Amino acid sequence: MKGNEAIAEAAIRAGADAYFGYPITPQSEILEYLMAEKPHERTGMVVLQAESEIAAINMVYGGAACGRKVITSSSSPGISLKQEGLSYIAGSELPCVVVNVVRGGPGLGTIQPAQSDYFQAVKGGGHGDYRLIVLAPQSVQEMADFVDLGFELAFRYRNPVMILTDGALGQMMEKVWLQEQKPRMTIFPDWATTGKTPDRERNVITSLDLDSAEQEKFNLKLQNKYRKLEAEEVRFEHTDTEDAEYLLVAYGTSARICQKSVRLARDKGIKAGLLRPVTLFPFPKKPLKELAAKVKGILAVEMSTGQMVEDVRLAVEGKVQVEHYGRMGGIIPTPEEIVDAIGKNFLK
Amino acid sequence: MTEEIIIAGFGGQGVLSMGKILAYSGIMEDQEVSWMPSYGPEMRGGTANVTVILSDEPISSPIINRFDTAIILNQQSMDKFEDSVKPGGLLLYDGNGITRHPERKDIRVYRVDAAEEAAKMESSRIFNMIVLGGFLKVKPLVKIENVRKGIAESLPERHHGLIPLNEKAVLRGMEIVKQVFEPDSK
Repeated sequence: MKGNEAIAEAAIRAGADAYFGYPITPQSEILEYLMAEKPHERTGMVVLQAESEIAAINMVYGGAACGRKVITSSSSPGISLKQEGLSYIAGSELPCVVVNVVRGGPGLGTIQPAQSDYFQAVKGGGHGDYRLIVLAPQSVQEMADFVDLGFELAFRYRNPVMILTDGALGQMMEKVWLQEQKPRMTIFPDWATTGKTPDRERNVITSLDLDSAEQEKFNLKLQNKYRKLEAEEVRFEHTDTEDAEYLLVAYGTSARICQKSVRLARDKGIKAGLLRPVTLFPFPKKPLKELAAKVKGILAVEMSTGQMVEDVRLAVEGKVQVEHYGRMGGIIPTPEEIVDAIGKNFLK
Repeated sequence: MTEEIIIAGFGGQGVLSMGKILAYSGIMEDQEVSWMPSYGPEMRGGTANVTVILSDEPISSPIINRFDTAIILNQQSMDKFEDSVKPGGLLLYDGNGITRHPERKDIRVYRVDAAEEAAKMESSRIFNMIVLGGFLKVKPLVKIENVRKGIAESLPERHHGLIPLNEKAVLRGMEIVKQVFEPDSK
């Protein structure tokens, strides 16, 4: 199954109520698969091709306000269009899952894979002080698994979740185990606008509060939520870090490639290891800081000019040399190139 | 065992679907598989290629640039991928339209004239299955009954009538593949 198809099927099986989207390469298979699969006949899930990305994200806003499980997907230029809506959704504290199958930029860029939307995904993206929970799958299996996980986190924290993946993972096929069909929700969260009943106050979903004191209070509440995420929801994996002298830090497709680089480096006698952030926000600062005390150098590998490397540097607080290696414009680094980069940066 | 394969040729030759059938056949043998296509504007009438990995272990990088096997179906792909075969690896090609034949002496070179054979069998659509047969003769990575299952899995049901023809093509490919060069048989 292709990564994109895995996301689509996983959305149905997670018991999603609706998907709203607009086609763009390299993620159009998500919408295509959903249209062909007719989930309305399977679970009652609505699938709708909106007239634009902006329309789609606002449909998500509406569905989420009703307490429904709603998902949308796009690729970089389309995700830029969704930023206003995302800011509103975050500002209204609503759950949803947004998939970004990243392609090279800026602008229309290229349709080939990249990881150059890291800043946009983890630092907010739209206006205002908000964060998305950002999950970075590295396999077709995780493309599927993170949809359900995404909904779970989104509802637990009343916060939009982004699955940050790329064209390579979207287009490639691997084996995948799909979870059993989850029933769609029948009881909705108490904040949802499901129609006022006499026994409760009116539920209001808005991101507007013109009272500055209240708006500041609300911002602090959001910040508390983000601190709680940092304390409780950091996810990461490591490979061969016990005796590593040189640490690679990479997520998604780059992490897969780095796993091979670690093996190639060790064949050459270079003690390499890999730390792979699974959540990009919250970022695994603590494990990085701990590893920084043990290694001689850290190389952040990304398909960008160097975005995540900034968070790596912040995490290690100058304790160790941190360098960046990246390819861009849709070029995927090879495992060998990355081993060479370890040599050039640290083994002169 | 890990086998890293690139299949490269023109869009329309069935490069991607051949890779898909190989990958599905691997799944039937309970192997780990990955299928990573080139995608994008170059596919419209231009070159197409796909990387397939079959392995007993979890696959690390699905993106690689050195291959155990290169299956080459046009001259552009020959020029691009001949050098990426690992020493001792296999290069299998269809001679149709090839003007510069493989030159390396540290790899195994085999040839399967599938385009010609497909014309004889009066179906250009089974071209890729003839190539696949040739490959599986040289490297029997998956059993023929699993290839049959792989074909069934990747063909939409309305085309299941074509399974016997495809299977025949695989068997034919096994018969007509010929050795061009073996490093140790000098």
